[in-house]
Amino acid sequence: MDRDRIETISLRWLRRLVIAGFLVVTLLPFWYMLVLSVRPIERLLLDPGSLWVPFGELTVATYAEVLRSVENGGQGFLTFIRNSGLVALAATALTLVVAIPGAYAVSRLRFFGRRQVSALFLAVYLFPSIVIAIPLFVVFSRAGLRGSLFGLVLVYISQTLPVSVYMLKNYFETIPVSLEESAAIDGAGRLGIIRRVSLPLAAPSVMAVALYDFMIAWNEFLFALLFLVDRPNRWTVSLGLSLLADGVEVPKTVLMAGSVILTLPIVVLFFAGERLLTEGLTSGAEKG
Amino acid sequence: MTTTAPEAGRSPTEERPRRPGRRPLTLRRRESRAGLALVTPTLLVVLAVIGIPIVWTVVLAFQRVRLATLRKTGLFGELTLDNVDRVLHTPGFADTLWTTVLYSVGGTVGSIVVGLAAALAVRGPFRGRTLVRASMLLPYVAPVVAMTFVWQVMLDPQLGIVNDWGQRFLGWDAPVAFLSQESTALWTVIAFEAWRYFPFAFLFLLARLQAVPAELEEAARVDGATPTQRFRHILLPQLMPVIALIGVLRFIMTFNKFDDVYLLTGGSAGTEVVSVRVYQFLTARTDIGAAAAQAVVLAVVLLVFVAIYLRFFGAKREA
Repeated sequence: MDRDRIETISLRWLRRLVIAGFLVVTLLPFWYMLVLSVRPIERLLLDPGSLWVPFGELTVATYAEVLRSVENGGQGFLTFIRNSGLVALAATALTLVVAIPGAYAVSRLRFFGRRQVSALFLAVYLFPSIVIAIPLFVVFSRAGLRGSLFGLVLVYISQTLPVSVYMLKNYFETIPVSLEESAAIDGAGRLGIIRRVSLPLAAPSVMAVALYDFMIAWNEFLFALLFLVDRPNRWTVSLGLSLLADGVEVPKTVLMAGSVILTLPIVVLFFAGERLLTEGLTSGAEKG
Repeated sequence: MTTTAPEAGRSPTEERPRRPGRRPLTLRRRESRAGLALVTPTLLVVLAVIGIPIVWTVVLAFQRVRLATLRKTGLFGELTLDNVDRVLHTPGFADTLWTTVLYSVGGTVGSIVVGLAAALAVRGPFRGRTLVRASMLLPYVAPVVAMTFVWQVMLDPQLGIVNDWGQRFLGWDAPVAFLSQESTALWTVIAFEAWRYFPFAFLFLLARLQAVPAELEEAARVDGATPTQRFRHILLPQLMPVIALIGVLRFIMTFNKFDDVYLLTGGSAGTEVVSVRVYQFLTARTDIGAAAAQAVVLAVVLLVFVAIYLRFFGAKREA
């Protein structure tokens, strides 16, 4: 056997091994989270190494405890879910309203400073969020906006705008200008063209951006921590989970149930829109 | 369509001038106005929530401000170099900066190496490829709070699965407190970083790999190049620009990272990075001036690193 054959055959096996390894490493933490969330804490302490639920141990009491309101002796996650949902949906909707015209302008219209807009967004995207956090913390403390979900939504819009505009812009550029020109000849104005021609054609991209915005807002932690920490009834799921985990008295299995509740919507959304999202994010990367 | 007005360019609309008495705007100027109008909301949000705060942080860095005295000091109070001076000479700041550099370099290199391995493995077609690819992206999209929490529990000395298996199957004498002892904490945080962010590198490397023309590899194969030689001399040079780009992006993002370290260790056991330290100054000590000064130092150090990098790579590309 020559070197080529040896390499080809061993790499074929290595590749299978690597894929299996990656699957284990990426999926195991999720599986572990799920298993722990349905085991009673006493059993976990006796047998911490188990990767499945031993027969007869299965319980959903953890979920009941985490979801029950605080008055009823639970952890009040239903309120957190409502807060997170509201914030994420509002941030998504408002980001789209702002980003769609912006992206259209950057992709289609020649105006003063158009080139600089893209550079500005890259800079914003890469700037340390802790630097922005300090004055926002100060302003919100002063204006009494700390503890308000509206302030949080505002920050999330600014955090998701750069990538949203970038993804939408790339998509708008693939739509033939002639389609818009024929609409213009038929008498449509600028906004009418965006609404009736460009937007329907860009629907996949708009969906991808909406998914991205929702996921970022749902997962966000730093700003939620800075703005909402004093107001337990305004906590988002991320914040609530991390603050409860700091306390000693809540059993780990109950917190694992909370983690599943936090993670599940994101995983479902991600698998539903995976193709849209990855294509939206990597378009243009092929060119190097 | 056979004829287009030369002035129309890429702009499809034709709006009638509002006031008949005025000279009508040229198409070009109208296009420019529409563009500015449409992009204004975006710019306003970015300016209000990001632009102004950045400037303000710089101002705060040169003021003596604490949360308690905030009401008395105006926006442009007395400027002083005290904060910067104090911050640079506080014990621990240099260590924090060094930890941040180690953490960023480790996390960046780790995630790129792991992501490259993943991209090469998933490159060719096989059954269930779409599902495998999607699963590999999960660590990146899942909420950071849940992921850090799962890692904490998995690595827990009492009820974590890692220590249980380590003692049962690997013959460890005692449980290892991965996240709370100095010898392992930083490495564990770096490993988490590589685990959570390899999908970022994976995604972009896979997209680039798929765009490499098949003829290139085919020609090398005909010339007798083995698979490792084809990787070394055909694929790697093709991937290098993307790797360089991912490298700089990941370095910047890791350098700024707050969530991961804060949630995993809270900055204890030698893992305090600058972002976490700024947060502590801001909330625990409510020393806004010092917090701002450190944030500015963070941004400046980052800028210097990126400038050096760009210079280095820019020079290389010209050669």
